[in-house]
Amino acid sequence: MTHLNDEKIKFLEVKANDIRKSIIESLVEAKSGHTAGPLGMADIFTAFYFHILKQDPKNPSWEDRDRVVLSNGHICPVLYAAMAHAGYFPIEELKTLRKFGSRLQGHPHREFLPMLETSSGPLGQGLSQAVGMALVDRLDRGQNSNRTVYCFLGDGELNEGQIWEAAMLAGKEKLHNLVAIIDRNNIQIDGFTENIMPLEPLALKWAAFGWHVLEIDGHNMEAIVDAVNQARAIFEKPSVIIAHTIPGKNVDMFEFDYKWHGNPPNKEQGEKALAELRTLGGKITGEHE
Amino acid sequence: MNNMTIPLNPKLFDADVEQAPIRQGFGEGLLEAGRADERVVAMCCDLTESTKMDAFAKEFPKRFFEMGIMEQSSASVASGMAAMGKVPFVSSYAMFSPGRNWEQIRTTICYNDRPVKIAGSHAGVSVGPDGGTHQAVEDIALTRVIPRMVVITPCDSIEAKKATLAMAKTNSPTYIRLAREKTPIITTADTPFEIGKAQIFYRPEGVQVKVGIIACGSLVYNAILAARDLAGEGVGAIVMNIGTVKPLDREAVIALAKECGTIVTVEEHQVAGGMGSAVAEVLASEHPTRMKFVGVQDQFGQSGNPLELIEHYGMGVSHIKEAVRSLIS
Repeated sequence: MTHLNDEKIKFLEVKANDIRKSIIESLVEAKSGHTAGPLGMADIFTAFYFHILKQDPKNPSWEDRDRVVLSNGHICPVLYAAMAHAGYFPIEELKTLRKFGSRLQGHPHREFLPMLETSSGPLGQGLSQAVGMALVDRLDRGQNSNRTVYCFLGDGELNEGQIWEAAMLAGKEKLHNLVAIIDRNNIQIDGFTENIMPLEPLALKWAAFGWHVLEIDGHNMEAIVDAVNQARAIFEKPSVIIAHTIPGKNVDMFEFDYKWHGNPPNKEQGEKALAELRTLGGKITGEHE
Repeated sequence: MNNMTIPLNPKLFDADVEQAPIRQGFGEGLLEAGRADERVVAMCCDLTESTKMDAFAKEFPKRFFEMGIMEQSSASVASGMAAMGKVPFVSSYAMFSPGRNWEQIRTTICYNDRPVKIAGSHAGVSVGPDGGTHQAVEDIALTRVIPRMVVITPCDSIEAKKATLAMAKTNSPTYIRLAREKTPIITTADTPFEIGKAQIFYRPEGVQVKVGIIACGSLVYNAILAARDLAGEGVGAIVMNIGTVKPLDREAVIALAKECGTIVTVEEHQVAGGMGSAVAEVLASEHPTRMKFVGVQDQFGQSGNPLELIEHYGMGVSHIKEAVRSLIS
């Protein structure tokens, strides 16, 4: 990946804001769906789709591409928005989210959108698939393969036992070509993760399973890119990036509130959110849009 | 013995008929499939010898993955491997795969349309002494209900080998049902096998045909024995081997029902949702036919030897004959 300079960081931050606006617009149209997670992961998905990933949006089945597995499929509004802005499909299509006949199913489905690496939604299953991909990458291309398999996980879904089966297997196989990114936003549907089913000490758990663990601020572009660079430089084991994020990030009424996990904004709330994003939280006063 | 043109084991009715476990044919087929196609990879959940993956593991150590006792993850890992162009075979006991990992199979394999091959060994009560926890009698129902899934139930070791080779060449998610115990060899190397094709294995001579017996798995043998006995009593019954429960050979099933007028299905599986149910679904809508279902009647298995369990749960030769007689009386 290319060097990250101040100009690129600015570009990514503006892009992340565009993606957040697209998320809100698509959710308002859909009238259902998840708000908090997609907004919280917007910076990370922007960093991946506009800086980190080895990809070719015009040739999504390119064999040398990195593989992206979204395990917590319910945050797909951010995946769809990032892919659309990156050129995989028209941005206007985002407004078909969750509608009958749309390629953008409520949870990702590769039968409808074949450029997805996998369908997802039922929690806890993505990491196993990513492990399978990483095993084959190593089988076919050896230790020096330059493809990386990235798996995005929610923190709530770490309640699933299958995650730890996959973590154990990746540790056993020392899959250095595998990088997991955990959206550590501390919420799940019923409330705060540490009340529902405590995950801490999370970093120690992954380390105990044989993973190299990184913890970052999931809204800092430089930190995101640095962490991925470090993860890719580790050759002895798989890496996990625990990204601390704010659910609903950059819209006041959504931030930190678990009630926005699985609800969309209505039209009025959407307009308020979009206004906030357009003015970058009030930092820009002369709004023309 | 019968007027069939299809080649079957000439010693089928001998007291010392050759026997082999159906799972053994799977192991032989997998090895051959692995030699023919390097995309074939295999993974097992700590039951490598028991599910007969050991020969493949020995010859292709890099293409074999020991997964430990994690059936759920294995199904999804296989999906990821298939996404990278492989043809993965996953084996365990049927009770745990597709039993325990059903939703992983549904979502990450079938919904995703990945050509993963699930081999479920130790299906049926004939597992024997291990008891009911290890006797899968629900696996046909579990798999055939999932869209895209192909369900194969070989009747003997030779058919299992052919089925394994055939499924390695398709792009469909596929379940193959295997059994632990040695069972009689019914077919020969020359018996044709095609996924989705049913075959008549026994047609009596000189008696009027009144019942069609549709059987799958190791109970095809019992069905043939029953039909032979019945022919001796003047009761004509044709035996059809349903090698593939899904897609079901609808034409063959309907033709058999039209010819015979009544149907008995025979399977080492719960009557609810199994092969017999699949046959009934076709006949009820296309050619309503009186039926009897030989199989497990809404019960769990238990410890015992295979033969006494087959008898206890009503799937012996005498039970099949009884079902036939009750249909024509």
